[in-house]
Amino acid sequence: MPDRTPDRTPEPTPGAPVPDGRTRLLTALRRPGSRAQITVALLLAVLGFAAVTQVHSNGRDDRYLGARQGDLIQYINNLSLASQRTETEIAKLQETRDSLRNDAESRRTALELARQQADTLGILAGTVPAVGPGVRITVSGSPATLGTNQLLNGLEELRDAGAEVIEINDKVRVVAQTSLTDTPGGVLVDGTLLKAPYVIDAIGDPHTLSTAMDFTGGFISEVDDVGGKVDVQQRDRIEVVSVRRPGTPTYAKPTPTG
Amino acid sequence: MIAALGLLAGVLLGLFLQPDVPVWLQPYLPIAVVAALDAVFGALRAFLDGIFDDKVFVVSFVSNVLIAALIVYLGDKLGVGGQLSTGVIVVLGIRIFSNVAAIRRHIFYA
Repeated sequence: MPDRTPDRTPEPTPGAPVPDGRTRLLTALRRPGSRAQITVALLLAVLGFAAVTQVHSNGRDDRYLGARQGDLIQYINNLSLASQRTETEIAKLQETRDSLRNDAESRRTALELARQQADTLGILAGTVPAVGPGVRITVSGSPATLGTNQLLNGLEELRDAGAEVIEINDKVRVVAQTSLTDTPGGVLVDGTLLKAPYVIDAIGDPHTLSTAMDFTGGFISEVDDVGGKVDVQQRDRIEVVSVRRPGTPTYAKPTPTG
Repeated sequence: MIAALGLLAGVLLGLFLQPDVPVWLQPYLPIAVVAALDAVFGALRAFLDGIFDDKVFVVSFVSNVLIAALIVYLGDKLGVGGQLSTGVIVVLGIRIFSNVAAIRRHIFYA
């Protein structure tokens, strides 16, 4: 504030040149000073202190300290709006995650089921190798007398006794469509010529299977009748590696069920 | 000389102590500092004009600070604190500019 009150310090003697502002300032800076200077110094110290304090506190993040009520309410509103939005988003994302998880789980279950079914069907259709407990039946005899009749009966009885997988001579997998034909050299099974001795591997309950072979008028006595010999071994592990290539049915089509 | 030393001492004191501004003072301190600056520049101009008086300086310094704080306080009570603070800063800024122009004329003759 330009204080236009008259300077109370006595003017220089009349006649002497009136000092201009610059010389007055320089003189004041050189002189140690008077009472007035001490007062000014005090006030300036207060000013410097306050200014530095303000600058310092302004540098800190005190946006909310000393803010007006309206501003604070605005901040709170903004924050709660933002958190609401975020919460909605979280809920939505969690829902998506749950549904995805459910999806994946049901898909995995379906896949598991399908795989089990494929395994079962593959074993039944003879398209996959199989392993399990069972019996190994060795049938030896003269090719002239031992043939389709006896083998066919033997296979029937094995099936009746619950054989799940049957293989002859480690070469031919016996399935539903298997056909046996007598030839001079041996037996033609599904186009493969097999010669005696015939080794029949069957997977199933070993005890039941061997019992099924050995009853009056059964397979063993039948082979005995034509001068052959049957040897039945119960085994904990029968390995069937021969497989049958699955064929696509030409005429039959599945009927829709249900 | 002593005046300049006083300013330096105040600045150093503030730098070393780094005091926290009390909450009740926070809205007023920036305005008060600007008002005091205005008083200081006015005093410097008066000094160069040869009409400086320490009593007047003290009174103008204190009253400047008090009035600035009062205006801010009043503005806060009336709900226009922010706008009124801006207005005070603008007015003081204009005065500081005109005072500095006068000082410049004295010192640089330009």
